[in-house]
Amino acid sequence: MTFSPELEARFADLLTHYPPGRQRGALIPMLMYAQDEVGAVTPDLMEELAKRLGISVLQVDEVVGYYSMLHKKPQGKYHIQICTNVACMLRGGAELYEHACKKLGVGHKQTQASGKFSLEEVECIGACSWAPAIQVNYDFHHEVTVSQLDQVLEGLQ
Amino acid sequence: MANMVKLTINDTAVEAPAGTLLIDAAKLAGIEIPAFCYYEGMSLQAACRMCLVEIEKAPKLMAACVVPVGEGMVVRTESPAVVKARKTTLEFLLTNHPLDCPVCDKGGECELQDMVFKYGAGESRFTEVKQHVPEKQWSPVVFYDGPRCILCYRCVRVCNEGMGVGALGIVNRGVAAEIAPSHGDHLECDECGSCIDICPVGALTSGAYRYKTRPWEMEHVGTVCTHCSNGCKTTLGVRNNEIVRGNNRDRSGLNGEFLCVKGRYAFDFNHHPERLQAPLMRINGKLEEVSWARALQAVVEKFKAGGKAGVVGSTRISNEEAFLLQKFARTALKTNNIDHHRSGDVVTLLDSLSGKTATLGNVDDCYNSKAVLIVGADISQQQPFLANQIRANYRHHKAGIYVATSGAVREDKIAKGSVRTTDSEWLAGVESMREKLKGESELLVLFGDSVKGEGVRKLVAFGESLGIPVKYICLVDYANSRGAMDMGLLPDLGPGYHPAEGAAGMTLPQMMAATDLDLLWIVGANPLARHTLASSNAFVVVQDLFLTETAQRADVVLPAASAYEKNGTVTNVTGQVQRLKRGVETVGAKTDLAIIGLIARGMGVNLGKVDADVVFAEIQKTVRGYNVPLPVIVTGGAAQTMPVNGRVASTVLPELIQSSRDTLFTTGTLTRYSKILNEVMEAPGGLYR
Ligand code: SF4
Ligand code: SF4
Ligand code: SF4
Ligand code: FES
Repeated sequence: MTFSPELEARFADLLTHYPPGRQRGALIPMLMYAQDEVGAVTPDLMEELAKRLGISVLQVDEVVGYYSMLHKKPQGKYHIQICTNVACMLRGGAELYEHACKKLGVGHKQTQASGKFSLEEVECIGACSWAPAIQVNYDFHHEVTVSQLDQVLEGLQ
Repeated sequence: MANMVKLTINDTAVEAPAGTLLIDAAKLAGIEIPAFCYYEGMSLQAACRMCLVEIEKAPKLMAACVVPVGEGMVVRTESPAVVKARKTTLEFLLTNHPLDCPVCDKGGECELQDMVFKYGAGESRFTEVKQHVPEKQWSPVVFYDGPRCILCYRCVRVCNEGMGVGALGIVNRGVAAEIAPSHGDHLECDECGSCIDICPVGALTSGAYRYKTRPWEMEHVGTVCTHCSNGCKTTLGVRNNEIVRGNNRDRSGLNGEFLCVKGRYAFDFNHHPERLQAPLMRINGKLEEVSWARALQAVVEKFKAGGKAGVVGSTRISNEEAFLLQKFARTALKTNNIDHHRSGDVVTLLDSLSGKTATLGNVDDCYNSKAVLIVGADISQQQPFLANQIRANYRHHKAGIYVATSGAVREDKIAKGSVRTTDSEWLAGVESMREKLKGESELLVLFGDSVKGEGVRKLVAFGESLGIPVKYICLVDYANSRGAMDMGLLPDLGPGYHPAEGAAGMTLPQMMAATDLDLLWIVGANPLARHTLASSNAFVVVQDLFLTETAQRADVVLPAASAYEKNGTVTNVTGQVQRLKRGVETVGAKTDLAIIGLIARGMGVNLGKVDADVVFAEIQKTVRGYNVPLPVIVTGGAAQTMPVNGRVASTVLPELIQSSRDTLFTTGTLTRYSKILNEVMEAPGGLYR
């Protein structure tokens, strides 16, 4: 499996941040960056990273299954994550999620046929102080209301 | 002595060496702290929270399996908070646990059952429907029932650390977390069953044992595995005269709880439908079933008639049988034409150690020696338990491991030095590691069949030149390969490697090639799988479990009992004697000891009382090195025989020595009759190396 030169450079740099013999520690960031480029954590990708880090594919799978930000299936161009955990729920997170379901016509962990949006109901994303919070790809939006959600979604092309 | 730390557990003053884990310190003081994930000898996990205890000044309950003892620590293991925490932990573990104990293999010996019985709340606040996922089969012998799993990671660790295989992992999380096999939906691994054995609950079950019995309906018979030379103690679970399980959960014997795939599953040859159950005699050219009396009479007549006789012994029969066989051959048949299939040059090793400071090594040395050198053997395949000891030595003591082998081996991964050589050029490979080896403080050398004759002397000379204490293990193949030699199944050496009286007899290949042999008596061996018998007139008597290639050529075949059907002793690869205990019997078969006794009686030969204990007493008295303490073996332990001291005058041709270099899934004839091993070999991953 080959990656872009930029990603290769990033990997090379990453590996220098870990003590000798502990390169496997780079697995999580490598998976994340590679997922951005490849679109999903594919079996090929898992095998490639396992080979590079000298671990088994099963060990990679253990990590992929554990972290909700790693996906084995491709996400939409914009991956909308809405928190419905306690703090956000009390401040309207559940309504946001329901609204998004209706508006996007997809449910939890589903992707639009066009591939533009995918939706996920998530547990805490660490933004309780600004509940309700949503995350679009790597961007956070705080204290979101239903109409602000509409604006955010409409602003994405 | 290590620094001692003083602490208090449940108002009792306790002292333990610094670094001791609280859970172990409590155990030393006779206080039990319940645990699931903590497992002696494996890495720490702290996953189950069953071991929570109260430590004064600590803000919350602490996991006793990962907290080392501290000076002045005040610990409570039965305080109300601890008792409540345990109840809660168990309540959580049972959230989705199916409570199908009545049909679960583990029921009756399940750690979760025991814990709930002792520490559980008795009721649950959960009323939700339990999450269920179907059971999965990962190999012919490994099944996984997810809902029963308590995610203690024991299986993952034993496979990774203990076996060095790493075929199991945990995927997903929360309620969806489960154990996953190496290859998506199936396992490609050693199939050793250690994961099943170590599982505290019935989540991993064995293809051989599942749904066959309740644990309390079995008899448990401690004996010795009859497959390879490592001599693992195994506890057979016997029900209705059938072996349904082999394990060693009580950790008795030299192997602790270790068993490889053969020890754990390949006992099923014993009940193979083709087991011989009546003597066969060649009548009008065809082998036909006859009575014992008639078969024995025919044998006795031929033996009495005399002529040129040859005797081939076995690497699987007991010491008592081998001893009696050579005694019979030498005194009654008056011949030194006696031999067996030799797989390692123990004889030359003993000879070349005479007058040297180097000694023989044993199973404990594999675990304790500061450094280990392996020459010409893929021990993870051929010597599974010794390999396990060496891995544990690396894990626990950071031993320096060195390998000189012709192909890649599992030990490469943990080796300080690893070279590829050929069977003939291994010495150069070993030489190339000289400087590194010199830097070690002691060394244990294990060598396979490519090192023989002069080679052994060269290897010992190499060891001497290192200037450090060196021990040696000459690897051999089968359950009593070592005993066969010690008991004198050799044409020039009697029991204890004493020169046999009179001229040396014929070797096994010489017997096969001789055209004038009148009588050939083969006890528990299958030489015709490798050789052809030149003498067409020889009267051939075979004692065996199956109609082997050799038995098919016989004139009389006497059905023999297997090692699991007899009492006696065997000697493992490192010279440790252990006791065989009869667990089952096959109707119509007799032990080789009994058969030899019956033939002797028919001939009017007095061999003394033909009883395993009586013969062993004679061995103790007369065979050099075998004067071992009886209580050790009687209680199921392993007694170390003492290496011979002094020169062994042997003319034995080293070129006859050949290991069959078995894999994990084979050991000669026996394993061909193991249905389970054959299934494993055919399954995807069966060719795993
Ligand atoms: S059978 Fe042995 S090698 Fe296979 S997964 Fe279980 S512990 Fe690992
Ligand atoms: S399968 Fe058994 S040993 Fe493995 S994690 Fe589950 S309960 Fe523990
Ligand atoms: S290592 Fe050898 S003795 Fe031990 S269980 Fe396996 S075959 Fe039997
Ligand atoms: S035994 Fe301590 S957490 Fe499992």
